[in-house]
Amino acid sequence: MKAPATLFINTNVMDKHITLNHGSGGRLTGELIRNIFASRFGIKEPFTDSAILDNQGQELAFTTDSYVIDPIFFPGGDIGKLAVCGTVNDLAVAGAIPRFLSASFIIEEGFRLKDLITITDSMAREALEAEVRIVTGDTKVVEKGKCDKIFITTTGTGVIRDGYKHVGTAEKVRAGDMLIISGPVGNHSVAVMSARNQLGFISQVVSDCASLNCMIGRMLDTCREIHFMRDITRGGLATVLNELAVMTGLGITVTENKIPVDEPVKGLCEMMGFDPLYLANEGKVLIAVDKNESEKALGVLRSDSLGTKAEIIGEITGDRNKTVVLKTITGGSRILDMHSGTQLPRIC
Amino acid sequence: MCLSLPAKIIEINGDMADVSVGGTVFKAGLQLLDDVKPGDYVLLHAGFAIQKINETEAMEMLRLLEEMENSMD
Amino acid sequence: MKYIDEYRTERLIRTLARKIKEEASQEYVFMEVCGGHTAAIHRFGIPSLLPGNINLLSGPGCPVCVTPLGFIDRAVALAMHEDVIITTFGDLIRVPGSVSSLEKEKVRGADVRIVFSALDALTLAANNKDKKIVFLGIGFETTAPGTAAALIKAKESGTDNFMVMCAHKIMPPAMEAIISDGTLINGFICPGHVATITGSNAFRFISEKYNLACVISGFEPADIMLAVYMLVQQINNRQFKTEIQYSRAVTDEGNLKAQRLMNEVFELSDAGWRGLGTIKSSGLKIREKYVMFDAENVFQINTEETDTSEDGTCLCGEVLRGRKKPPECRLFAKACTPENPLGACMVSGEGACNAFYKYKRNG
Repeated sequence: MKAPATLFINTNVMDKHITLNHGSGGRLTGELIRNIFASRFGIKEPFTDSAILDNQGQELAFTTDSYVIDPIFFPGGDIGKLAVCGTVNDLAVAGAIPRFLSASFIIEEGFRLKDLITITDSMAREALEAEVRIVTGDTKVVEKGKCDKIFITTTGTGVIRDGYKHVGTAEKVRAGDMLIISGPVGNHSVAVMSARNQLGFISQVVSDCASLNCMIGRMLDTCREIHFMRDITRGGLATVLNELAVMTGLGITVTENKIPVDEPVKGLCEMMGFDPLYLANEGKVLIAVDKNESEKALGVLRSDSLGTKAEIIGEITGDRNKTVVLKTITGGSRILDMHSGTQLPRIC
Repeated sequence: MCLSLPAKIIEINGDMADVSVGGTVFKAGLQLLDDVKPGDYVLLHAGFAIQKINETEAMEMLRLLEEMENSMD
Repeated sequence: MKYIDEYRTERLIRTLARKIKEEASQEYVFMEVCGGHTAAIHRFGIPSLLPGNINLLSGPGCPVCVTPLGFIDRAVALAMHEDVIITTFGDLIRVPGSVSSLEKEKVRGADVRIVFSALDALTLAANNKDKKIVFLGIGFETTAPGTAAALIKAKESGTDNFMVMCAHKIMPPAMEAIISDGTLINGFICPGHVATITGSNAFRFISEKYNLACVISGFEPADIMLAVYMLVQQINNRQFKTEIQYSRAVTDEGNLKAQRLMNEVFELSDAGWRGLGTIKSSGLKIREKYVMFDAENVFQINTEETDTSEDGTCLCGEVLRGRKKPPECRLFAKACTPENPLGACMVSGEGACNAFYKYKRNG
């Protein structure tokens, strides 16, 4: 689970029903998790992507995610590939070596067998790529109209690498740590929007959907001072930066012209009025590393095919204000807030 | 909604064109302009090309701005 | 991206900031009247780059923000018809009317769709002959020609299930109203994209009749900074004229073809502006010969503009006239946020309150 530790309760009349905004991964999602689920299940903050469980001395990471993306096939992947990558990445950024996944399917009556096979093959291929095994699962079929084509839930587990339990909770993050992003942002959102074909544009952008555990593993083997990792999904880079600021109680500065954004993504965002910093990704990780190891970490990422465009984008400051400041391309600066509304539904 | 961006005409089909903004291709109605051809830059707004970008004026403006930059050094 | 990136380089912006600082020898108040400018100014942090003696005001330039409640109410009423598909630009969907919003009706089952062009709505009409497609025509002179083109096409193709609920407005009368209102303004940053259609001639009255500085500006940070510089110079030299900064897209006469199409389809009418009241000859009304495509005629909707004022707490009206800044509204960032907008200025990405909230709150 990912959610910010703010206390603000929204008094919006719309909150009497669940709205799409509650699923967008931003402020409202966080409030839903905190006020409805975590409080009742006894889950304490900080909320992290994976739960860390003590199994008689051995620390396990345990995580789950549901995939309801529409459309189910998009440039660069499909719902199956996403279901494997997403859960593998949640484990990897928790400092674990992902080992085993379960896969549950809710399938709408009438769904084409051919599509189910394509999706399953996709999952099998991605599992092989990520060196994980899908070992159990469940299948349900519901009447036509009771779910949209296919929903997949994957749950995963792995053993935390020695000495890396802290990377999810940010407890070792200090002022002066550098922030690295593994590549350009916004590609997944744009690929999905373009596949939906509802917004009147054609794009060559491909989703960045990928399992990052091998790249992350190499980085953790080489560097000793990785202090924080989180994969950047719904809510985008800005959301993760804000979560980190809140978890650490510190301030963050990032420089706009250091944040990699592919040109076609930029063009679309300008046209639609989107901010790429809030768009979803499915193959990017944000890392906080001691400044003395930042170039080394960057080097490892860049030597991997999934991290060739990695960049150092900012740093943790000594301000105790939980605020993310963006140094803009024009030399000014502005606050980068947690995004409030939804830009697109069902992007993952 | 007010957004208008410079877009390059890629292809024209009757009164509609495919235009590119940084590599993303949009459809633009050409009903408000005469005399446009592929390669021209137009302002794209709410699905229409509303004006041609005057390349000469654009160069002139950039030259002026460059002069200002250099004069400050 | 061509014609965009060149106007955003840090070095250029810093140069312009220095030049402005050197020249700005007195107090200046400049108003922009375009939602695109409001958003750009805040996104690029322009106020933080200007010296303290230059004050930028935001005027009624956001078409969503100045749309009266009554228009939303009428659209909501139409949305409830079984055989109607409401098509609208994105921002309008969340604007609260007196009772409901299009977004709320959509959640309750109304067919409300976001489109990016009037032509999309027309295509929808051609493909759904059993439905009535109502396109909500809001926007200024930049957007109105597109609606005109769609209506002409609808007539030519006989797409009689396509109709427009027209709330298009034109800028100059609103600017005159603001000037007459007495707000202290030394110069206007004029809307560059409106001017591509109308030509700079439409804004000559600002310098010629009212002796105010006037520069027609583009939307990149270098454009806006240069426009501010040009305004400062006009005032320093006491030479008021209507200058074009956005020369790559604006001419004196504008887009004559677009103007012709607008004239073919629309005529001027009095219009209600939220926060400003009724302004004579500031709105566009569909002409008699296109009346079969006028939603208000087809559905016999009461066309009397309803109350354009606000209750005391929401300060959208004052904000739109440049009298108050968003943080001066008691509701700003407390009860009124982008998630829960109480007034139009917070809903639209171009509204002053929304821009302020996104880019300046706490900053």
